[in-house]
Amino acid sequence: MDLTATNVTVLALIAEIAPEVDLTSVDVDADLRRAVDLDSLDFQNLVESVARATGVEIPEIDYPQIRTLRGLTSYVAAHSR
Amino acid sequence: MHEFRMPSLGADMVEGTLVEWLVRPGDIVHRGDLVATIDTAKSAIDVEVFTDGRIERLLVDPGATVAVGTPLALLAPTGAQAEVPTPAVRAPEPPAKARAARAPKGRAAATARQEDWLAASPLARRRARELGVDLHAVHPGHTAGVITVADVVAAAGPPEPQAPAQATQKESTDRGAAMRAAIGALMARSKREIPHYYLQLSMDLETALGWLEQVNAERAVADRILPAALLIKATARAAREFPDMNGFFVDGGFVPQEHVHVGVAVSLRGGGLIAPALHDADAIPLEDVMARMKDLVARARSGRLRSSEMSDPTLTVTNLGDQGVDLVQGVIYPPQVALVGFGRIVDRPWAIDRMLTVRRSTIATLAADHRVSDGHRGGLYLAAIDAALQEPEGLWT
Repeated sequence: MDLTATNVTVLALIAEIAPEVDLTSVDVDADLRRAVDLDSLDFQNLVESVARATGVEIPEIDYPQIRTLRGLTSYVAAHSR
Repeated sequence: MHEFRMPSLGADMVEGTLVEWLVRPGDIVHRGDLVATIDTAKSAIDVEVFTDGRIERLLVDPGATVAVGTPLALLAPTGAQAEVPTPAVRAPEPPAKARAARAPKGRAAATARQEDWLAASPLARRRARELGVDLHAVHPGHTAGVITVADVVAAAGPPEPQAPAQATQKESTDRGAAMRAAIGALMARSKREIPHYYLQLSMDLETALGWLEQVNAERAVADRILPAALLIKATARAAREFPDMNGFFVDGGFVPQEHVHVGVAVSLRGGGLIAPALHDADAIPLEDVMARMKDLVARARSGRLRSSEMSDPTLTVTNLGDQGVDLVQGVIYPPQVALVGFGRIVDRPWAIDRMLTVRRSTIATLAADHRVSDGHRGGLYLAAIDAALQEPEGLWT
């Protein structure tokens, strides 16, 4: 998947979990959990919905790579085919 | 003849609105069956019946707001009349899924429904009520079967000009204000009546988290277990040995509870707090604690809790550290007598055998009721939680 398409998908998935947040105002390099107010369960649900929507299962050991919106998007783009 | 009354779903509830009946006259119900949906200041709750019987008459119409204790329906004991014919419309097990569409006027027809609660966001429910859309007729979009506002709006067709948006905003403000008032009243009562004492203990979680990572490495995303589940299980397991932390203070005395039903504090998006029960958290496998926690949080946020989950917690756990604070000095939920809080899990300098190292740790706190226990007992209880977390394998089953 290319970056733009991945970005659209990821934003839609985040919006389902945090519908009240204006995602256009989220800094792509900010800590995602803090920026969108996700607790650990919200984050787990996000990782789960990413897996369902894109087939990319992110192991816990890679969580440091998906701390930001930019990180998450590029991770998913790089690992999906 | 039994009266089914407006239940008290938590110490802070004074009245409730009947949203809809899930049964109708003639239906046979058993203890634990869902009979009605009640809207409280905090959430829509599916209410269970506590006796077996046959629904004789419904006394209150959907939409009515009545005080706690008001009779809602009459139940005839089933033993008395054998073979009561039930209306032919009603399918036997499983119950018919057919439901009348909710009319725009808001009068919901009483139709059969038991376990098939709908996953829909609170916003979607509100919107559906305003637009007169039957949620059962709405197809969830793409989010794991959860109905969102967009799905409701799509089902409603083209919008009428003006009005609804404002109504939504107003109702949501009302709900926010009502919840704030309910929480305020309950917490004021807690602070007024309960002589709290507070303790804290730093707990090394390196062993527990290392073990959890190994467990999770072999599991699919959906089956991964979060540290929160382990903390809940450890708190519940340790409570077995500390009956003075697990129970209710009612009518001037303490009533310890045999089962450990942990109230899991869930913060609601957009404000508010609710702490429904995770039943038997001490006794069920860790995987089940995780699965139930996930389910409980989802339903707390979508407004689909059951009445027993509101009234059963015997001890509360708050995991506020998840949102980044170092520790939480909790306020006990009356009539409970203790609340355990966990601060954030973070790398901290830690001394072992006079050597300084870095370990992931949390600061656990206990707020407990001095009418029931003293700081010495509280300290032993926190130490028991810590001990349970140092041997995480013991929490697996």
